[in-house]
Amino acid sequence: MIIKNYLKLDSKIPIGPLNHKWINHKSSLKLVSPSNRSNIEIIVVGTGLSGGSVAATLAELGYQVKVFCYQDSPRRAHSVAAQGGINAAKNYKGDNDSVYQLFYDTIKGGDYRSREANVYRLAEISSNIIDQCVAQGVPFARDYAGYLENRSFGGTKVSRTFYAKGQTGQQLLLACYSAMSRQIGKGRIKMYNRYEMLELVVIDGIARGIISRNLVSGEIERYAAHAVIIASGGYGNVFFLSTNAMGSNSSAIWKVHKKGGFFANPCFTQIHPTCIPAHANYQSKLTLMSESLRNDGRIWVPKNIEDAISIRNGEKYPENILEEKRDYYLERRYPSFGNLVPRDVASRAAKERCDKGFGIENNENKEGVFLDFSSSIERYGIEKANELGIKNPSLMEIKRFGEEVIESKYGNLFHMYEKITDKNPYKNPMKIYPAVHYTMGGLWVDYNLMSSIPGCYVIGEANFSDHGANRLGASALMQGLADGYFILPYTIADYLSTYIHNKKELSTNHVEFDKSEKKVKKRILQLISNNGDLSVDFFHRKLGNIMWKYVGMSRDNNGLSKAIKKIQELRDEFWKNIFVPGNIEDGFNSELEKAGRVADFLELGELIAMDALYRKESCGSHFRIENQTKEGESLRDDIHYKHVSIWKYQENKSISEEMMYKENLTFSFVKLQSRSYK
Amino acid sequence: MKELLNFILKIWRQKNNEEKGKFETYRIDDISPDSSFLEMLDLLNNQILYNRTGGEPISFDHDCREGICGMCSLYINGRAHGPESLITTCQLHMRHFHNGETIYIEPWRAKSFPIIKDLVVDRSSFDRIIISGGYISVNTFGKTIDGNMIPIPKEYADQAFDAGTCIGCGACVAACKNRSAMLFVSAKVSQFSLLPQGKIERKKRVLNMVKKMDEEGFGNCTNTKACEIDCPKGISTEYISFMNKEYIQSFI
Repeated sequence: MIIKNYLKLDSKIPIGPLNHKWINHKSSLKLVSPSNRSNIEIIVVGTGLSGGSVAATLAELGYQVKVFCYQDSPRRAHSVAAQGGINAAKNYKGDNDSVYQLFYDTIKGGDYRSREANVYRLAEISSNIIDQCVAQGVPFARDYAGYLENRSFGGTKVSRTFYAKGQTGQQLLLACYSAMSRQIGKGRIKMYNRYEMLELVVIDGIARGIISRNLVSGEIERYAAHAVIIASGGYGNVFFLSTNAMGSNSSAIWKVHKKGGFFANPCFTQIHPTCIPAHANYQSKLTLMSESLRNDGRIWVPKNIEDAISIRNGEKYPENILEEKRDYYLERRYPSFGNLVPRDVASRAAKERCDKGFGIENNENKEGVFLDFSSSIERYGIEKANELGIKNPSLMEIKRFGEEVIESKYGNLFHMYEKITDKNPYKNPMKIYPAVHYTMGGLWVDYNLMSSIPGCYVIGEANFSDHGANRLGASALMQGLADGYFILPYTIADYLSTYIHNKKELSTNHVEFDKSEKKVKKRILQLISNNGDLSVDFFHRKLGNIMWKYVGMSRDNNGLSKAIKKIQELRDEFWKNIFVPGNIEDGFNSELEKAGRVADFLELGELIAMDALYRKESCGSHFRIENQTKEGESLRDDIHYKHVSIWKYQENKSISEEMMYKENLTFSFVKLQSRSYK
Repeated sequence: MKELLNFILKIWRQKNNEEKGKFETYRIDDISPDSSFLEMLDLLNNQILYNRTGGEPISFDHDCREGICGMCSLYINGRAHGPESLITTCQLHMRHFHNGETIYIEPWRAKSFPIIKDLVVDRSSFDRIIISGGYISVNTFGKTIDGNMIPIPKEYADQAFDAGTCIGCGACVAACKNRSAMLFVSAKVSQFSLLPQGKIERKKRVLNMVKKMDEEGFGNCTNTKACEIDCPKGISTEYISFMNKEYIQSFI
């Protein structure tokens, strides 16, 4: 890797005091008049919260929008699976929440590796999002007086998370899917379901369209536009096992990267602390249990290693372990936040206990910890009995009342857990373990959310800008909708307004379209005619193993160097020995779809490891074993690494020859402190 | 170690909507009871790939594998999403089947869901129903009022939420002898009619959506409640009654 310190890369952060930046910036952005908007065409790739909301809003403004998604309907986008909630600084609960508090929690939670101006804007907009969603008919949880309910999430000391049971993502996504549907009906959005973007077309340095494949007919098609918006989500599936949907992939952002779009902080991958532990090697997917469960669940492992062994062997059950023999390690280590420490802290603490042999799940690596609701069930049960005026309630009654309260808060999550594990979490504590969840890294964007390729915008999880080295719970939904509903529709007009003056015609006949299409076809042919011996899944699993082992929850110099070499070897083997069935003229071919995506993961994986190797500090999700305090907490190095690492692909060269540049992060509003949740 | 299971699988294979389909028989051994139904199909597909016999792997829809995206389908032993209640196929585990059992796997069976390939069907008719009016016509870039300005009774909010949990998988249609989409449509109609924000357009909405549902070729409800039994989210047929009431009232 080649490291350069300086690049003329304008992040376009407005000058002025932090709390005036967005307001001032908006007033300086150029406009496109309503009568001209229908002459402008925009492509949106992805239909999750960010893609769906931006498509709906741009179409409402009057632009012509083409939307692409790989599933059969925009309603399937993986934002639908987000469970816990969405943050907003409404201070409805009167616990002294404010825009500043939300901003501060987020920037601290991200370990001071995100852009101050972007995070502040996000906090500012948060309240609008809730109002918008209520107006769209999102059935948020309400109290008996009819007002909106809130709950608390990791890394914060206030209740600012709005929710709809454990299905908040679903309700928000369906709302923006509805808003999109309304525009499809009007003919302002043209929807391309079961389509995959396979190349970005760049003409004279400007994004001008995409090449996509119709996944049903197999046809390769060209689409031109005045701007291309990438809203394709994160790349966690590079680890094979993750909480992402099986089809979530990095291909769209990776194609942009290889066409010149800079990739920022690829190594920042969030490991979520509360997933159902992996159980066997045929497993295809990990399932998340919402972080909101930590409001009422207490996390523990046995204090004595013998007890842990007995539990693993099925000789003892959690209820056999007396209270004083349990180690509530988060409450012990972080008394002030307890079970609600941020995700990176909770994940590492679980790993530490399991590495020491205290894991309670009988799987390959003996990994798993308890998430126990018994104290909450008892507490709620007594409260409820009091409320109903029942004196001296029996233990059975208390449990029943308590379970009812828990059911009303997390019913669907408990149901899901039981279906997967065959264990009733009301009666036995859940078993959980960290798993790959969200990627904070992504394509580099400026304050206007434009990538380093003019005309190509990147929003939601696909960009890098708002979460730093770690994302706080309930802020992904917030960013997706803020970008789509309230930021990009303003900033993109500034760029599009130039088209009105030089009236460039759109055409797919340009030689760049020919070249891009040829490239896509060549690659498909290469995959399908290879006739090797091994399946796509074989390579994907193998890559996932390398990534999890060496680029997972903790990383070190040797492991990362090893990972880079192993990924390179695996990639060579892939292109030599892959077998994809079918013929090029056939249509629907799931193996072919997967093969293209895994080929991209095999390159991105190497970049992730390179970025992790370079960053010799511990921050947020990135824990370098060489850089830790005596207590095993992460040790940041603000002198050398207070910057965004920006990777630039060099055409026709290997990934290992990518160049790295830095965008220095400046903090004017907050003082950098070592992150403590004690 | 739990006992591993063996199965005979009769799977519907069909190249596309024009060509005729038929059942093919496959054998799969040593499946863990903790494996999900789709993981079992993954293993079968790998077997097909490595043996280079039996043609191409079986195409089936799936994505989140968490029971929420609504992408997976499958008619298993004559039931939408298989024998267990309140789950999607991706959350169905092999522990619910007997060792040596023959399992029949078919795509959703409905004219309005044409087959794309094997077990994959085209459910875009559902999208077209939503496009016809399954929304509240509020602009997304405008200024709306504070979320707490209109208090909503908790019971209404809860009922609207329960209706809103529909994942649009199409099991209700597949389970119905009339191939009716009324459970799906009624869930959306009810969600919005129960909330003050949705009341303004309620007449137009129900008329448009019902009209579109008929145009798409879905049948009518004859109250057999098969949809409610097979719905992975437990959407109640009471919403169909609610929609019928809304529909009649829209003429008044």
